[in-house]
Amino acid sequence: MHFVKRLLLSLAPRYGLLAVVALFTTFPFLWTLATSLGDSGNIYAFPPQLWPENPTFAHMQEARRAIPLDRFFWNSVWISGWTVAGTLLISALAGYALAIMRFRGSKWVFAAVLATLILPSELNFIVNFITVTQLKLTNTHTGVVLPLLANAFGIFLLKQAFEEIPAEVLDAARIDGATEWQLFLRVALPLAMPALAALGIFTLVATWNTYIWPAVVLQNPDEYPLAVGVLYLSGTFAAKTRVVAAGTVLTILPVLLLFLMAQRYFMRGLDGAVK
Amino acid sequence: MSKKSLRQDLSAYLFLAPALIILFLFSFWPVGLGAVLAFTRVDIFNLAQSEWVGLDNFRTLFEDPVFIGSIKNTLLYLLVVPVIQIAALALAVLVNAQLPAMKLFRTAFFVPVVTSVSVVGIMWGWMYNEDGMLNQVLLWLRLVDAPVGWLSDERIALFSVMFVTFWRGLGYYMVLYIAGLQAVPQEVEEAAILDGANRWQRFWRITVPMLKPTLLLCTLLSTLAAMKAFEEVVVMTGGGPIGSTYTLAFYAYDMGFRAFDFSRALAASLVVSLIGFVLAWVNFRFFRPDHR
Repeated sequence: MHFVKRLLLSLAPRYGLLAVVALFTTFPFLWTLATSLGDSGNIYAFPPQLWPENPTFAHMQEARRAIPLDRFFWNSVWISGWTVAGTLLISALAGYALAIMRFRGSKWVFAAVLATLILPSELNFIVNFITVTQLKLTNTHTGVVLPLLANAFGIFLLKQAFEEIPAEVLDAARIDGATEWQLFLRVALPLAMPALAALGIFTLVATWNTYIWPAVVLQNPDEYPLAVGVLYLSGTFAAKTRVVAAGTVLTILPVLLLFLMAQRYFMRGLDGAVK
Repeated sequence: MSKKSLRQDLSAYLFLAPALIILFLFSFWPVGLGAVLAFTRVDIFNLAQSEWVGLDNFRTLFEDPVFIGSIKNTLLYLLVVPVIQIAALALAVLVNAQLPAMKLFRTAFFVPVVTSVSVVGIMWGWMYNEDGMLNQVLLWLRLVDAPVGWLSDERIALFSVMFVTFWRGLGYYMVLYIAGLQAVPQEVEEAAILDGANRWQRFWRITVPMLKPTLLLCTLLSTLAAMKAFEEVVVMTGGGPIGSTYTLAFYAYDMGFRAFDFSRALAASLVVSLIGFVLAWVNFRFFRPDHR
């Protein structure tokens, strides 16, 4: 009993500190949620009412009525969906070639891919806008998606995943007469599923949250994804804090749920980025 | 035989084509073209019409007090780096133990990382409001006697924005440090315990040296991020009040997409780029993947 008591006492400061930090990182979310659900009263009341007395979804409905949140949602789904699909395909193809195939110039290609990591990319932003303008893709989702498909991180992550496939497995398939394409589709891709899942979720969260690039490419609010639309909402309803809070909650909810469900893969993607 | 290897080469490049085309178009090309266009008066609708003006853009840049202010603010912004690294490492150590509820804490710390900057800007706008939570708490604790203008006082606004950068990045670096901590071999720790090293000695003599690669990586990543910081500025202050929150990258963004002065925007981003490049190059020297 003494031992248990001592253990608890020694752990108390640690848990106390962690709880304070957790409150610090999550408080803005909790406050926003409470504000969006509360029905009336001073939103800045102190101490904050994190459990509203009469919770209501009225503000959510008002936000959805006043601003095309549903449309923004589908725009986000569309943009993120294509970005994820494209990134996975492009990174898998390139990663496979670099990991498995033997060809002249492979070292140079890999160096070029890695070089994009150290290229001074601040210029990209403005020239990419010029490129997208010249391709007549401003105000289109294609214009938003296209530059996002290129990244050394994805190629690198999948190259590493393919390298872990034992040579015997590939050789066996080759002896059975599989073409390179069949090898890629039937052997390599299924074995790289965990890495594909990690990259997919990582890309999805990143794209869902991208703000600046879509805000630059898209001029027509009808095409906005949620991350851009929500600021549009807060600009229009600056005085109606509860409605803006409701719109904000609706904006974060999908990606937050996804993150909570797929945390494991997400962290693995981050791990892959370090190694 | 050579025919076969030619076919091999060809199919490999077919696999690589989509990646290479996009990387070229949106990574290599903009860097090259941008570096050239920074010396011209850009016509974004007809690049061929861009007129060579030499160093003119840079001259106007360095004559602009707002730009000079941005340099100062960007340097100040680097203060975030040590603060965030120490806090993230401390959190990682605390949360890396085999104790109940640690996963829950990690998740709570990571949630800001997966939130879009626009939402972050809105939420912190409320926190920083004159009647907002931060002022309420400080007034209640009697640490201030009047509400602080977190985003409206030009002496404070930049620090308020930096604080949000800290809040957003904490969980991210914590996860990287956890990965680093888990790579520290258990046997070394145990040997040190047998030798009678206390917890503090173990941390300084074993954990920190073993974490060196992670420490360097995280420090450089966050230095680069602080160097380029501007999204928080866009969504929270728009550079104000009185231009006090302009960072270099925000200046470039602002010149391009609000003032539509693409020439000056490109010149400004070339300056950020060069500084970023030096930092990234150092980063790359330390962490070349085939080095580990």
